[in-house]
Amino acid sequence: MIPVGPIPPAHFCRREVIAARIPTNDMRHALLALVWGSASLVLALDGDVGIHDPSTVVVAGGKFYTYGTGGTSLVSDDGWTWRKGTALPLRQLAPDVIHIGDRYYLYTAANSGQTKADVSMIWTKSLDPGSPDYKWSAPVVVASSDGIEDANAIDPGIFLDPTDGRLWLTYGSYFGYIRLVEMDPKTGKRLRPNEVPRNIAINSEASVMIYHDSWYYLLVTHGSCCRGADSGYNIRVGRSKKATGPFVDNIGVDMIQGGGKLFAGSGGRVIGPGHFGLLDLGDGVQKFSLHYEADLDRGGASVLDIRPLFWRDGWPVAGDNAKEGTYQIESLRTGTVLELAVEGVPVGGRRTGRGGGRGGAPVTDGGPGGLFAGTGGVIPPQDPAAVSAAWPKGNLDLRMGNYMSQAQQKWTITPVTGSGGYPGAPYFKITIAGTDRTLAATAEGELVVLPAFNGSPKQLWRLDQLADGSWSIMPKSGPKSVSGPEGPLSLSAVGSSFATLAKFDPASEKQRWILKAP
Amino acid sequence: MRTFKRDASSLVVVLAAAAALLAGAMTGGAAAVPASTLSPPKTAEMKPGPDGFIRRWLLLEPIPAAGLTDSIVQAAVKKGPFVSELTAVPRDGETVDMESAQLTWHAVDTSNYNVNLFHFARSLDKNTSNVLFWVVTVVHAPREMRDVRLAIGSNAASVWWVNGQEVIGIYGDRQTVIDDGVSKRLTLKKGANVIRAAVVNGGGATDFCARILDANDKPLTDFVVNLLK
Repeated sequence: MIPVGPIPPAHFCRREVIAARIPTNDMRHALLALVWGSASLVLALDGDVGIHDPSTVVVAGGKFYTYGTGGTSLVSDDGWTWRKGTALPLRQLAPDVIHIGDRYYLYTAANSGQTKADVSMIWTKSLDPGSPDYKWSAPVVVASSDGIEDANAIDPGIFLDPTDGRLWLTYGSYFGYIRLVEMDPKTGKRLRPNEVPRNIAINSEASVMIYHDSWYYLLVTHGSCCRGADSGYNIRVGRSKKATGPFVDNIGVDMIQGGGKLFAGSGGRVIGPGHFGLLDLGDGVQKFSLHYEADLDRGGASVLDIRPLFWRDGWPVAGDNAKEGTYQIESLRTGTVLELAVEGVPVGGRRTGRGGGRGGAPVTDGGPGGLFAGTGGVIPPQDPAAVSAAWPKGNLDLRMGNYMSQAQQKWTITPVTGSGGYPGAPYFKITIAGTDRTLAATAEGELVVLPAFNGSPKQLWRLDQLADGSWSIMPKSGPKSVSGPEGPLSLSAVGSSFATLAKFDPASEKQRWILKAP
Repeated sequence: MRTFKRDASSLVVVLAAAAALLAGAMTGGAAAVPASTLSPPKTAEMKPGPDGFIRRWLLLEPIPAAGLTDSIVQAAVKKGPFVSELTAVPRDGETVDMESAQLTWHAVDTSNYNVNLFHFARSLDKNTSNVLFWVVTVVHAPREMRDVRLAIGSNAASVWWVNGQEVIGIYGDRQTVIDDGVSKRLTLKKGANVIRAAVVNGGGATDFCARILDANDKPLTDFVVNLLK
């Protein structure tokens, strides 16, 4: 494993870097792509995010922690902006960490030969170095490989089975098998130290199990690490009805025979994803931590990222954090879209006579120039500047309606610098495309569209991808009191034509939204 | 080819002659058909069913109105004496003098979740297309009820007031969908609360439904409807 050197400061440089590369005569098209396209920049995390082989991100005392190879540590107050943390007492390889009871158990490993290695466990009652409970225990070896057997005891992954409370450790790296041993959740140590480990996968590393909807999933990393943009790292998955396997991929190949459905590969400006870790935020929001071997916008450094995790046909899917772009925001419940409450104008203008824009040519319906013949030319998109000139000034209501490709139905989602974020993404402002009209929460727990954005927390929005791939949309700061259950408020389609803010209900479709390219 | 409802304003312009023929055919030319889903109230008050729908209303005979856009509907509801009477509760049989006709308020109970205005107008041998219906009911709350919402559906456009405050406006040609238009959170005072609406129809069937949702979006049922304020 390679040490991680200093990396360029982040962030929001990605957009600037892209813009700087674009020749002037292409700039207009690039800007159009940013405004109208959905394939815009994907934001990675902000701050100091250099790490290799990060542990599963854990939340402790309101802070987010992860630990990497070399005993490195990153910490964040919000999951978006990261800084260097306190190094571990064991400066070994690829840790993983889990919170059970009042302890945080951390597993990490070191090689003393090519395949001779030990996995060690240390624990503490706090991850905050400022806490009197921040005291790491002495290390205890919990798994080993002797340098001869077909295994390399590094890259531990720890998993607490939510169905029965049993604790499992997987480990291994390329030289042979990924192995499984049972641990004691009361001590973090091996439950039966003399028991022969079970082989569950082969020729991979960074293994870890998760559980979802009656299935156990084993996530591993295939490909090579530590070669920057030449790293072939990619995350693969198989599943089993038992924690002990066999883990089989989507085409029926056992992971012990090299199977594994692709979960996350290289894409965009990031190369070599590896070291999956589940970050379950509750209320139906699951994310995963990982590192990329090379972030091309950060000089090819290895960096941490957090991305949405959702599920499709019984398999985990690596989502992307919300992208800057223009969208129709459609309710999964009602099929209607958010719109500014103004009188819409049909695209191309209202028909004023038979034959519409052709001037009412007196021809049979359906024939050339008839009622259904259209204009004979291309009808351009509505120009927001022109259409919005007729809209009332001041605050306007938000409502929902059938999507008709009209200007008041298209929303631009834009990351806001310097306003913090949440795991994986910054806060966004949501404006009517091509205008300054800004979606905001009200003190009464309702919604309003303001004439312009002023940076208020009520105008900052958090977009989390949910387990089904839809999105929740929450204001950074909602009202202090709205009747009903306590909890963060989320954009909610309480009616087909009306949205409000209400507590997120994982069992309801009211707070699930689909972002579509208009 | 699928049949569809047309925007009333374009219908009038584009198919004026046909519309006139249609109107002639639907008014006065045929015997009125009894409204099978509507009947005069037989009790002093009525409770909503478990689904919360308000089933007792005062309906005014239809007023000619063409157009379903926001601005046309808003202009239509400001015509006549009604805009100054948003908290008034007419009596069954009370009449209103309009430009060319005297219209009568009718108290009805509906046997369905919705109020079928097509049945209502047809039973009176009145126009059912390109018309506006004023409707009123009175919800008597046993206590002050905070953070509730009026939730309605209408065919087609409609504007709604609670105790004189406009709380919902939905526009365009649309079918009645339960909880289509929903108000912001509002407070029902203890005692009588007047709910008034104007429903504008372009062509074809026309109806509406209305109920009140609690703070958890569940239908309120612990109130009574009594058409006396």
